[in-house]
Amino acid sequence: MITVFANPDRFMALSRYLTPILAAAAAALFAWGLPQALVTSPPDYQMGETVRIMYVHVPAAWWALGLYAAMGMASFVSLVWRHVLADVAARAMAPVGAVLAALCLITGSLWGRPTWGTWWEWDARLTSMLVLFITYIGYLALWAAIEDAQRAARLAAILCLVGLINLPIIRFSVDWWYTLHQPASVLRLGGSAIDPAMLSPLLIMAGAFACAAASITLLGMRSLIHRRQALAAELRLARSAP
Amino acid sequence: MIRALMSVYRRDVALAWAGGGGAAAPLGFYVGVVLLLPLAMGPERALIAAAGPPLLWVAGALSVLMTLERLFQADLEDASLDQLLLAAAPLELAAFAKGAALWTALGLPMALVGGIASLTLQTPPAAAPIIALGLAVGMAGFISIGLLGAALAAGVRRGGVLIAVLVLPFFAPPIIFGAAAAAAASAGEAPFEGAFQLLGACCLFYAALGPIAAAAALRLQAD
Repeated sequence: MITVFANPDRFMALSRYLTPILAAAAAALFAWGLPQALVTSPPDYQMGETVRIMYVHVPAAWWALGLYAAMGMASFVSLVWRHVLADVAARAMAPVGAVLAALCLITGSLWGRPTWGTWWEWDARLTSMLVLFITYIGYLALWAAIEDAQRAARLAAILCLVGLINLPIIRFSVDWWYTLHQPASVLRLGGSAIDPAMLSPLLIMAGAFACAAASITLLGMRSLIHRRQALAAELRLARSAP
Repeated sequence: MIRALMSVYRRDVALAWAGGGGAAAPLGFYVGVVLLLPLAMGPERALIAAAGPPLLWVAGALSVLMTLERLFQADLEDASLDQLLLAAAPLELAAFAKGAALWTALGLPMALVGGIASLTLQTPPAAAPIIALGLAVGMAGFISIGLLGAALAAGVRRGGVLIAVLVLPFFAPPIIFGAAAAAAASAGEAPFEGAFQLLGACCLFYAALGPIAAAAALRLQAD
């Protein structure tokens, strides 16, 4: 038990400084990007001011997907090398990813109302993001349902990896289903190249989201490790008691 | 090895039909759900004909979900899972045999019932065999990936809802292709072969993936 924590010690020392640094970077990027995104960037010629939702919506979608891919990598490391930090990392990333997927769905819905005239459209992208959200929920539910942390970690890693293989299949099937049901008639952003005046705030916001997600993930990992250490200390105490 | 597999297969098929809420209850559930639709929608032919094939697929997916909770849990409780772990035959094949048994006991009868029920849902008789065949393939896909959900939640008490959340995202591709093939066949105009082939590909993939992943999870459950 104690040897396992040898490596987390180094992680704790490093993340102690990295977490606030990343949080500060996120704050700085938000302070730089938000005024551009919400005020100074040009409104869209078709969608007008509502295009500003994009600066929250698109980074949330990117990192909701990116975090799941990172969880898949962490799960792979966890299953192959039995690395306890990988378990903790995957577990800490999941709620962040779930929140980002939810944020993407909510902002998409708010954006859909003025531009498409509906809160929800069974569009291929919306549907696959909803499936991703449910996948996150399932992953977290599995963790919550199993008491033994080690077993929960391994089982969740299996689920995450299979889910990672399956996401492209779901994406393909949903695309196929959508094109079957109705031909592309919905307004869609990004058919043509995006204007540079919109691209740069978008990239800044994406960077801000990335720093914020990384900082929150590190914070979550630290709290999970603290909890494990507390549990281990309790066990040691109970064992040494006469 | 084949003998070990056959014994697992025969045992599970026998258990499913030996009473005590095996395969008969999900089948009854399936018929019940199919019966409720016309009662909810009213007897108008066009409405029922349009809603029928999708309903057969949704009801099938739900019936499979019902059976998954006890699939490995019972084996874990009475320690027959430990026997499977000790056996010479790999656990992956044992999981596959259990899935095949569930398909024989539940999937095949359900496909037949679905084919017959499609007639009551106003689909043309010529489409019924295609719908039944599609359901048979689709049930194999549902059960294969269901093995993983059942294995992950084997140690969880009242894990039925958990299994549903874990497995439902995986049900999306087969249900899309299967219901599309069924709808195309019953409408009688659009070609259904493309959707049918994609359904087959997806279910074959699940049949390869599900037992392997389920066995990996089962090894963690027993200690």
